[in-house]
Amino acid sequence: MKYNKPYQKYGLYLLMFLTAILTLAPFIWMLSASIMPEGGANQFPPRFFSKTPTWEHYQRLFQQMDIVRYFFNSVIVAVSVTFISLLFNSMAGYAFAKYRFPGKNKLFKLLLSAMVIPAQVTMLPLFLMLNRMGLVNTYWGIIIPGMASIYGIFLIRQYIMSIPDSLIEAARIDGATDFYIYLRLILPLAKPILVTLALFTFMGSWNDFLWPLIVMTGDSMYTLPVALANLMGEHAQDTELMMAGAVVTVLPVLIIFLVAQKYYIRGIMLGSVKE
Amino acid sequence: MNAAYLFLTPAMTAIFIFFFLPVLAALVMSVTDFDIYSLGDISRARFVGFSNYIDLFKNPLFWKALGNTGYFVLVGAPLSILISMLAAMALNSKMLRFKPFFRLTFFLPVVTTLVAVAVIWRYIYQTRFGLLNYLLSFVGINPIDWLGNPHWAMLALIVMAVWKGFGYNMIIFVAGLQNIPETLYEAARLDGANGWQEFRNVTLPMLAQTTGFITITTLIGYCQFFAEPYVMTDGGPLNSTLSIVLMMYKEGFKFWRMGYSAAIAFILFGIILIITLIQLRIQKQYEI
Amino acid sequence: MEKCCCQSKRNTVSLSSYFKKFKNTYIYLLIFLLALFLFLNACHSVKKNDHVINFWAMGVEAQHLGELVTVFEQENPELHVRVQAIPWSAAHEKLLTAYAGNSTPDLCQLGNTWIPEFVILDAIEPLDTLLKTSTDINTAQYFSGIWATNEIDGTLYGIPWYVDTRLLFYRKDIFEELGHSTAPATWDELFDLSLKIQNKEKTEYAFYLPLNGWHEIVVMAMQNGSTLLKDNNSYGDFDAPEFQNALRFFLKLYEHQLCPLGMNSISNLYQSFADDYFAIYISGPWNLGEFQKRLPESMNSKWTVAPMPAFTGESPGISTAGGSSIVMFKNSGNKAATWKLIEFLSRPEIQARFYQLSGDLPANTTAWNIAGLHENERTEIFFNQLHHVKPTPRIPEWEQIALKIQQHVEAMVYGNITPEEAGSRLNIEVDRLLNKRRWLLERERK
Repeated sequence: MKYNKPYQKYGLYLLMFLTAILTLAPFIWMLSASIMPEGGANQFPPRFFSKTPTWEHYQRLFQQMDIVRYFFNSVIVAVSVTFISLLFNSMAGYAFAKYRFPGKNKLFKLLLSAMVIPAQVTMLPLFLMLNRMGLVNTYWGIIIPGMASIYGIFLIRQYIMSIPDSLIEAARIDGATDFYIYLRLILPLAKPILVTLALFTFMGSWNDFLWPLIVMTGDSMYTLPVALANLMGEHAQDTELMMAGAVVTVLPVLIIFLVAQKYYIRGIMLGSVKE
Repeated sequence: MNAAYLFLTPAMTAIFIFFFLPVLAALVMSVTDFDIYSLGDISRARFVGFSNYIDLFKNPLFWKALGNTGYFVLVGAPLSILISMLAAMALNSKMLRFKPFFRLTFFLPVVTTLVAVAVIWRYIYQTRFGLLNYLLSFVGINPIDWLGNPHWAMLALIVMAVWKGFGYNMIIFVAGLQNIPETLYEAARLDGANGWQEFRNVTLPMLAQTTGFITITTLIGYCQFFAEPYVMTDGGPLNSTLSIVLMMYKEGFKFWRMGYSAAIAFILFGIILIITLIQLRIQKQYEI
Repeated sequence: MEKCCCQSKRNTVSLSSYFKKFKNTYIYLLIFLLALFLFLNACHSVKKNDHVINFWAMGVEAQHLGELVTVFEQENPELHVRVQAIPWSAAHEKLLTAYAGNSTPDLCQLGNTWIPEFVILDAIEPLDTLLKTSTDINTAQYFSGIWATNEIDGTLYGIPWYVDTRLLFYRKDIFEELGHSTAPATWDELFDLSLKIQNKEKTEYAFYLPLNGWHEIVVMAMQNGSTLLKDNNSYGDFDAPEFQNALRFFLKLYEHQLCPLGMNSISNLYQSFADDYFAIYISGPWNLGEFQKRLPESMNSKWTVAPMPAFTGESPGISTAGGSSIVMFKNSGNKAATWKLIEFLSRPEIQARFYQLSGDLPANTTAWNIAGLHENERTEIFFNQLHHVKPTPRIPEWEQIALKIQQHVEAMVYGNITPEEAGSRLNIEVDRLLNKRRWLLERERK
């Protein structure tokens, strides 16, 4: 669409910058409040910049409040979920894409329709089941529901279907086993979708809140979002401390996103627009 | 032996044991009165048929939660979709430079964890010291108790949710817009169409499929909203922000009325199913 | 293997060099996966260990246990106590989830209104036998009303740790300006005084009566003679005149705009109290310390506490029998050591020391003497009030019922329902909640 009049162009820029400011303002405030001295955030009129910045809240987080431990938990969980789900989903996606077996279509349709079921339906029985298995309040407890995802299988299948059959045929003729083909041929070729899915899964797991809240009963096992919510419950008066906690929770994901945004955005488009 | 089965086994096992099985178990639980008494001694659970569901429909709190969720979905979803579409159109505009900067900025809230967002917005909405009331005071509006006033609380959550989510749909819209061939616009302009007409007759119809997809996913996602009220208001004030999933969580994990909670979950499933089917039906109509 | 044609030969060559490229990557990935797997299996939360005692404590109390724990460990060098802090807001859920997940600690701090729940779950250990042989714990030294909350059907399940009750916190200087050197002894007098405070210029409101709690309305109801539930705690009694009177009085306070409406208007309680935003507040012992800490120096002489007013007759009015006990879980792997810790924390000197650290009032009256609490005029008032307390119905459903009461009171204050409607709706909902209890009582009768 072309606009001929200059004021339309300036209007657009104005609107965009305004929206950008509205979107960024809370983040900027989060950063600035986290270095304000205690009580600085609860002043009226509210200030964006403090004259006496301090690192004391971060110090408190790291020294007294064990935030390193929570960070560590988040990393462990997110990395594990990403790894395992990538493995499981890619194997299943490959099977659906390139193999023929009885019941394939029916099974796939069943999985697709199951995507409508909200995850919350499973949470209570899953909790009781994991409890029976002794996995409540362990890392496996958080990881298990994320080990395979129907959406991931769907995406990978979509992508692998575009790999030419002739390549696979050729490898098979050369005597490669199925697993060898999967490992050494399919996976490298599927790298773009795998990277994208890895990003999605990692960020989703890092930001996940409800399930870790339910499954972790001991505070040493909390992930960052749960720890942050706890912080809110206990220290509701300490705005600055909570902002510091928010910064620590948000920063890693933000950095990863900045570095890998190309893949992330491509992934969203892949999943939504039909080729 | 067909190698396919080997490849399928890990994922299918995980999905069947840790997804389908719990869904079935939840169905069974929803027809019993499994609660904290039964936790200690299973003989204290009774099969009660549809009594949980009937009790739910008789419970005014459930209808409140249903209404709140409906309010959130019917106001929040269109708002979010509209803003995403507008932002996408702006991003797609040839007049705009610094596109990567804007795209990044608008996407930032999406990748931020909701709890952190809630912490920030809790402050923004504070009555006496909050940023929003401060800004509003410049236009002569008295301080509003956003999170403490039952009339405003849900709206406050909607605004926050839209701020957080519009970037995601925006990207999808951008992809959809980029798929519209330029030739269509040129043809329209040759026919003498102005900007608005171009939008109505070229952009919108070509975006129909994308919009349909976005509408379904946004509606379904919004039906399940939980973290916003849990972190910001705990369902209050006066249960004006109690969502269905929040009620399910409270009944199940706070009070251990698990049969009751499972029934709520299935009603939610039913609602989502109905919405999906209606949406698909509408899409079919428009495609023909 | 035989190659059939040149075509496949070319493909094979490129494929095998392709494979070679990623060889190392895969090996590293496999090793990483293996390591991750082993690590995940090894990492569990604290395993049960004979020499480690797991102690869950809430909020403020957890922060001050450190010093006491060190002393205990010095006396018992082979034992180690691990204190885990849970916020009050999540404590109820966490404890129940831990019970369901079989990951309860050895002992924990438990609000005494929660004891019936955990008894029904068969989660906590009866302590009568252990008590008999104990030299450190002497029943006679405890507030009888508080001790009673730990006994269910004649069996003792917890040892009171600290006590909590509610009474009036008020701005002495504002009262004196209006000619009251002491706080009123009846609610009617307090109401009249509140009207006068409201008319004063400096104060916005007379009374801060938050709607997100249930203590205030329950205290008023109990003072009116309501038992809240009837028929062996199996039906609601909220339409009875006693409860209705309490509701109407509560509403009256709001109708005359003596109390601020809306939670967020008071974002910082202490700041608002100091700013003359309100003059009267009902709260518990923890705020004795918090007020001193968070209010400016100059405010210290301007506020004090007074016993609960009564509706009729004798003062002080009844208040709630709150506080926390220490309970031992049946699942504990080390009951002997756990009991040692419980005894240790119940010693009068240790109770007194804990008061000094946390500001929580000891459940043991001897500790009051040791800590010099009788010399402090404000804590002395608490002491008197603690002899006029009544427990809330001791059934597992109490938490849920209390929540329903709070919600209906809130709706009534906002004008959505009348006191009568609140009463009848509460009855309907509470009766539904108690359905299971009635069924179980029936079953036992047979």
